Amino acid sequence: MITENFRILEVNLSTERSAIKNVPGVETVLGGSGLAAKLHLEYSRPGLAWDDPSQPLIFAIGPLTGFFPLMSKTVCAFTSPLHGQYAESHAGARSALALRFAGIDALVVIGKAERPTVLHLGANVIEFMEAGYLWGKDALTTGKLLRRILKGSGHRTIMRIGPAGENKSAMACINVDTYRHFGRLGGGGVMGAKNLKAIAIEGNNALELPAGKEYANLFVDIYRKLTDTDMMRKYHNLGTASNLEALNELKALPWRNLQATSDPGIEGITGERFADDTLLRNAACAGCPVGCIHIGFVREKFHKDNQYLYRQVGYDYEPIFATGSMLGLTHAPDVLTVMDEVEKAGLDVMSGGVALAWATEALEKGVVTQEQTGIDLRFGDAQGYMRAVHMLGGAVNDFWRTLAGGTTAAAARYGGGDFACVLGQEMAGYATGEVFYVAQGLGLRHSHLDTGAYTYDQSKAPKDVDKALAFLLEDERERVILTSMVACLFARKVYDPETLRQCLTVLGGQALADGLDDAAARIQKLRWQARAAGGYDPMNVRIPKRFLEVETWKGRTDPQYLEELRLAYAGAIREMCGQGDVKPA
Amino acid sequence: MKHLVASRMERCIGCHSCSLACARLVHKCLSWENAGIRIQSSGGLSTGFTAKLCLVCDPAPCAAACPTGSLKQRKGGGVTQNKKLCIQCGKCAAACPVDAIAQDRQGNPYVCIHCGSCVEFCPHDCLEMREAEG
Repeated sequence: MITENFRILEVNLSTERSAIKNVPGVETVLGGSGLAAKLHLEYSRPGLAWDDPSQPLIFAIGPLTGFFPLMSKTVCAFTSPLHGQYAESHAGARSALALRFAGIDALVVIGKAERPTVLHLGANVIEFMEAGYLWGKDALTTGKLLRRILKGSGHRTIMRIGPAGENKSAMACINVDTYRHFGRLGGGGVMGAKNLKAIAIEGNNALELPAGKEYANLFVDIYRKLTDTDMMRKYHNLGTASNLEALNELKALPWRNLQATSDPGIEGITGERFADDTLLRNAACAGCPVGCIHIGFVREKFHKDNQYLYRQVGYDYEPIFATGSMLGLTHAPDVLTVMDEVEKAGLDVMSGGVALAWATEALEKGVVTQEQTGIDLRFGDAQGYMRAVHMLGGAVNDFWRTLAGGTTAAAARYGGGDFACVLGQEMAGYATGEVFYVAQGLGLRHSHLDTGAYTYDQSKAPKDVDKALAFLLEDERERVILTSMVACLFARKVYDPETLRQCLTVLGGQALADGLDDAAARIQKLRWQARAAGGYDPMNVRIPKRFLEVETWKGRTDPQYLEELRLAYAGAIREMCGQGDVKPA
Repeated sequence: MKHLVASRMERCIGCHSCSLACARLVHKCLSWENAGIRIQSSGGLSTGFTAKLCLVCDPAPCAAACPTGSLKQRKGGGVTQNKKLCIQCGKCAAACPVDAIAQDRQGNPYVCIHCGSCVEFCPHDCLEMREAEG
């Protein structure tokens, strides 16, 4: 049910004290993205370093979380180790429902634990558990041990970091319930800086529902659309991995550090290949009947006498791009194996894969030496990458420590900036053209999900800066409503504005429903203001030379269109930032 | 008399739609715990998920343990529940050999009454209503 105020749990790791706060703003910022930006503006200290103990780590859900299917995501917000500014990363698994049933709209973690700690929360528990014995453990082992230690199987979330997070890597993810992640922009590093190995949240409370049949009927309508139509088929069938073949066909799939955009090796890593040869089962986020999580299976002979070990690895389009085509790996089991090591290290798979691709080309070109890397890397060599993943996660020497701060930081030190595939952060797997490069390069989260720019590139839209700009701004505004609810973006066709209004109204949120359009514009600005508070100037973002050399089905990148769009979008962002006006609405 | 069987749990994706449906439709609340069927990871070698629900005992130890008659033996196995008689003593949950009865924080028990409301919300037909054998 829609409440008058947000219920926020503030946990201070330094003092081991907590507070429940009633925070106003439900009608103005809704929840999720809006709430996260609002809280970050209130809690963060822009003048201080990202790893200052006072900086907040925020997890926010929205007004529809748990009440409707696919309202199953959590927004994590923090000051990014990558750029020192506001960052959002989104994940599902059981995180959203666990927060909902713990009875809070957001968790704000401040301070720094004296020793490695597990924060154990629930509707009636706030516990700081000494966890020195978990420090150094990989993300999967940490999950296994905590599942044994804590009660509440099935109805809790365990968000934890691996060695990359402990090393405060800007590429460290927060692993959520094994197969989902707050992947991007270094949330894992923020936990590491706080000595916070894991957050376990028990969802052990129930909530009221509206009286009457209206709610249950609306639920069924939406549920049927999601399960009885073909709308979601793409996601549970081959899953996002189906895009590999399509993008390779379009010459838009990055290969070997984006030195090519198409390769016959695609045969070994298509969505169908993964499904036919490796797919073990599907899984779902709690509250989502779609089940888009694809878990692949790979076995490995470790002794000549037919002794095998096996790995179960969640795969998707992006992880396959990052550890497959980008690294020149064309054998699905090899890709899964490298991916599994990335999971253990607790790295964001996209950033990790793209960074390794840069390191490989840098070695090839003599920009860095094997003496510096401590390992030879070659495109297509899975064994090398399996080791390199842990060198990156472990920040084992000067080179890897520098690279853990981001490919741009490494290129600034060693050279090779021209071929650093970085668009604000390490690129997502879309070499689709100018609109995507600008969108990820300048976008709030530097995510392929900020807008549907890669789809826009694939449309027949003309090279028109005004039209492209209008698309970017409008699409972001539409998505920000969904990420404030917090919906899975796969459900964006089901949750059109009218449906969202019905959902809010049936839960007693008539005012929210009526003000949805205004809220969208307000939250869009608010997030940019949160970003600007950290000193973001979109005019300073440059698109590396490698992206100008890309050749897709449309031909070469058009440098003039790219530059004009970059300037136009940067100008629009500056306007939304309010030129220094950083107070929340 | 039909009863609920989680006969194809190897298909389960862990979405909790069944538990949420039970809570929503039978117990009129939003919960994944206050429900007659609850899902958890199976862990270990048997990957995937398991369902915790009433296995239609006859005689049912939970009904035998209930001091007030809130839970009564159901024809064909399992129990019927009269919530008004419950004193939240927890004897039923303790008596269930397969941990199929959940208690909320107030001590109220949640047990499957084999109404079948959850069945249509399983996206992979893991659940079915089956006639009692014999």
